[in-house]
Amino acid sequence: MDVATVIQILDSAVRLMTPLLLACLAGLFSERSGIFDIGLEGKMLMAAFASAAAAAVTGNVWIGLAAGVAGSLALSLIHGAASITFRGNQLISGVAINFLASGLTVLLGQTWFGLGGRTPALEGAARFAEWKLPFADRIAPVPVIGPLYSDVLSGHTPLVYAALLAVPATWWLLYRTRFGLRLRAVGENPASVDTAGVSVTRLRWTAIAITGLLTGLAGAYLATGLSAGFVKEMSAGRGYIALAALIFANWRPWRALGATFLFGLMEAVANRFPNIDLGPFTVPSMFMNALPYILTVIILAGFIGRATPPRAGGEPYVKER
Amino acid sequence: MTRLPRWADIVLTPLLSLVLAFAISALVILAIGENPWTALRTMVTGALGSSYGWGFTLYYATNFIFTALAVAVASHAGLFNIGAEGQATLGGLGVALVALALPWPHWGVALPAAMIGAALFGAAWAFIPAILQAKRGSHIVITTIMFNFIAAALLNYVLVNLMRPAGSMDPASARFPDSTRLPKLTDLAAGVGVEWGKNTPANITFLIAVAACVVVWLLIWRTRLGYEIRSFGRSERAARYAGISPVRITVVAMMISGALAGLMAVNNVMGEAERLLLNSVEGAGFIGIAVALMGRNHPFGILLAALLFGFLYQGGGELALWTSIPRELITVIQALVILFTGSLDNMVRMPLERLWGRR
Repeated sequence: MDVATVIQILDSAVRLMTPLLLACLAGLFSERSGIFDIGLEGKMLMAAFASAAAAAVTGNVWIGLAAGVAGSLALSLIHGAASITFRGNQLISGVAINFLASGLTVLLGQTWFGLGGRTPALEGAARFAEWKLPFADRIAPVPVIGPLYSDVLSGHTPLVYAALLAVPATWWLLYRTRFGLRLRAVGENPASVDTAGVSVTRLRWTAIAITGLLTGLAGAYLATGLSAGFVKEMSAGRGYIALAALIFANWRPWRALGATFLFGLMEAVANRFPNIDLGPFTVPSMFMNALPYILTVIILAGFIGRATPPRAGGEPYVKER
Repeated sequence: MTRLPRWADIVLTPLLSLVLAFAISALVILAIGENPWTALRTMVTGALGSSYGWGFTLYYATNFIFTALAVAVASHAGLFNIGAEGQATLGGLGVALVALALPWPHWGVALPAAMIGAALFGAAWAFIPAILQAKRGSHIVITTIMFNFIAAALLNYVLVNLMRPAGSMDPASARFPDSTRLPKLTDLAAGVGVEWGKNTPANITFLIAVAACVVVWLLIWRTRLGYEIRSFGRSERAARYAGISPVRITVVAMMISGALAGLMAVNNVMGEAERLLLNSVEGAGFIGIAVALMGRNHPFGILLAALLFGFLYQGGGELALWTSIPRELITVIQALVILFTGSLDNMVRMPLERLWGRR
């Protein structure tokens, strides 16, 4: 394996990390506020479809992005109504949202475009262009740092940088603002937040809206950045991997970056080398694909580190009268 | 808050939720420029209008009965088993290994053996998440989701690298010997001189599924274990105080659940495909969640709900065949049913409670 291959794999890992990272941070906001969200997958899928459809029709990727976020927010609204307003089962609502997205995207896609659930291929202004970071050309010849900067970090679509910026932003919001303190508190002990005179309902709705926004970006990136258009079931379990990464990251933003990069790297390696030959035995590609899930189970089992989820997660809050 | 009378809680709320789900489905059909009434008629004629349609409806219903019973048993113990999909996948592996292992003389011998294989593999796949939940507190919803993906990868590996016959390109096992072929319902009907359901996949497993409903009912409401499972599901602390071991109940309930999900494979792998294919479960594990919710975790309710979903599935196929409405409409209807009966049920219940309170 030479340097060029390593650079290629790292570059591909950054691309594959982006939707995972955005979805993982999305889940972080929701779960930190005490709302389980296994509907990340569905929201991403819906956003991917809405963004690709709008971009295909208007030819403008930014309108596509807005449509994607709107699609994802609409599903967030359902999740909020079910889990906050009507105090229903959050897990079941998530399952329903995943099915709803899986069905609606194909149903609408087939009705509007008649391509068997796909949207027309996007090109030109309907896709995100790649951004070259400043000085990328000049730093390129420097050994090690050069290729890392100009090939791995530079030359991605804007949403990749948005995802990377979302990490410090999330950290700041969560640990340095009053909103963040309350958000963390409401996921641990909503009654105490309520006693302090802060609305639990409003905090949770805000968190769910942020979740919708971020999954919207994640989905839009899938359809307009990573690929050129929507394909049936294109989220391909990424919402669940993001959920796994969230546990891996112990519900913390910087670790989320690490976890999603690791999972992105695994996917990149599995794509590049379907079967890894280790001499005496071969690691099959299926193993690499299943590795994020296996690692998550090991983490959950507490054999490496300990996963401590927000304490009030999954329980609807009933205000005392 | 006034409590609703029992009949309203058991019959009225799910029925109203269902009506809401179907009303919105009708709006969806309108929105894509089709006629909901024509769609409904197509579905009813296609799924229930002939013994051919019924044959498929019953075949699908058989799958859903098993996965829904799996979800229900776990649910009585307060556990949400999202992993029926993976457990049914592994059940398929169990069936295939049994069917291909020996030169079975007769299906009557192969069937019980295959059932044991399916149940064992399904139960084993549920055991790991169960023990992790019981001993290490790992959230069973997340672990069973992960195990669905691991099961898919494992099956892919086994089919491609181990069970694929030499020279074949399909990721599928060899065809099972003819002696393991299960009798179809059509053969049973012909046995009593009735022509019914020619060329349909409905087979004897349907009867096993109905029997499984009875067994689960007996287990949950008529045995000591069932009582312990229900007490544990209602209140873990109370159950523990009464001397019920949380570890034992979690593991036993999940293994029964996994075994039931695994048994589904007798229907689709042995009864229909007659070889093990990739992704043979086709989402039935998730539909089981919807069916169990609709059936209120009661075997009789599950039987009815499974028939409803069997009808939706067969009807959906007919829709795709005769109209320009894609099959995925069924996924949308299914999602709405899960949403309204499972997590928005308070939306129906709260106004009803207010209504009763006023009287």
